[in-house]
Amino acid sequence: MTRPGRDEDPDRLYTVTGGRSRSTVGAETFDLVTLVVSESAPVRGMQSEHAAILRICRFPTAVVELAADLGLPVSVVRILLGDLLAQGKITARHPRRAQTADALPDPDILKQVLVGLRNI
Amino acid sequence: MATAGAEARPPLLSTAAQGLKIVVVGGFGVGKTTMVRAVSDIRPLNTEETMTRAGEGVDDLSAVQGKTTTTIAFDFGRISLNDETVLYLFGAPGQERFWFLWDRLFSGTLGAVVLVDTRRLEDSWYAIDRLEAHGTPFIVASNDFGGPRHTAEQVREALDLPAEIPLVECDARSRESSKDVLLALVHHLYALSTARSASEDPL
Ligand SMILES: Nc1nc2c(ncn2[C@@H]2O[C@H](COP(=O)(O)OP(=O)(O)OP(=O)(O)O)[C@@H](O)[C@H]2O)c(=O)[nH]1
Ligand SMILES: [Mg+2]
Repeated sequence: MTRPGRDEDPDRLYTVTGGRSRSTVGAETFDLVTLVVSESAPVRGMQSEHAAILRICRFPTAVVELAADLGLPVSVVRILLGDLLAQGKITARHPRRAQTADALPDPDILKQVLVGLRNI
Repeated sequence: MATAGAEARPPLLSTAAQGLKIVVVGGFGVGKTTMVRAVSDIRPLNTEETMTRAGEGVDDLSAVQGKTTTTIAFDFGRISLNDETVLYLFGAPGQERFWFLWDRLFSGTLGAVVLVDTRRLEDSWYAIDRLEAHGTPFIVASNDFGGPRHTAEQVREALDLPAEIPLVECDARSRESSKDVLLALVHHLYALSTARSASEDPL
């Protein structure tokens, strides 16, 4: 689809989020690979992007997968997820965070990755 | 605009609880998407992040009205490692403005693979500099496009690559070869990580 450098139309993004800003509860805490799970079904009258997220997240789905499915920038998806989280309609399984910026990954996690990769 | 719908790819298990990230970074046409596709459980998906010219992510949309924004596209695949852990593999461009988004998108990444084409090694200098500056551990994988052969020493020298950073050869089209690249990265991370914890809390 897009090559890097395509200019996004801000009007479309503004419409999707209703112009809301980063103050949306919890929006910053969504990592690209935070797994999102629906806690309720879409209801009539709901904004279509919210409804789509609830449908897709019947199974755990990463934030970045949602962005790809919805065709929206990751930051816009974060705002939509913040709305749904505030309403208790989703739960989020966040990656375990390293303590400091330069912290190396936990050897136990790396062992899981080695075993998992050898089996593919 | 959206890539294939969610129906087109198998869902994760309901027990999936932890997402991990590895980034494959490199110049145009170096084989990033090919490598992601070779090992992924799903057909690679494409997505994007939008930022203002100032390098800020577009999350304050009211402030974006009237400002020029730029979009960076990247693709990704997925490997379910076990019932709980899912590894996401990102193919990301190495060009300059992409690095404004690195912290925003790829903080917390396990590590990176710098994919290089030996016919144009200079394309990867910038990516290597940025990863070093960010303190992100990485290895270099040279993708064989059938150009003139270079010895590992020649590649290492051209990249000014320290001896402790692994350099491997690969064919990104091959699942086995791409898997070996990821294993080389994870072995490197494991060595760094155990060396670190041994020096921090000696038993
Ligand atoms: N001979 C050879 N060709 C390869 C190899 N890896 C990738 N290619 C080919 O190189 C071309 C570019 O590969 P892509 O995977 O699209 O490269 P990319 O880095 O994702 O490219 P951009 O996203 O456009 O920057 C494709 O035609 C691939 O089939 C390789 O190991 N050997
Ligand atoms: Mg590509």
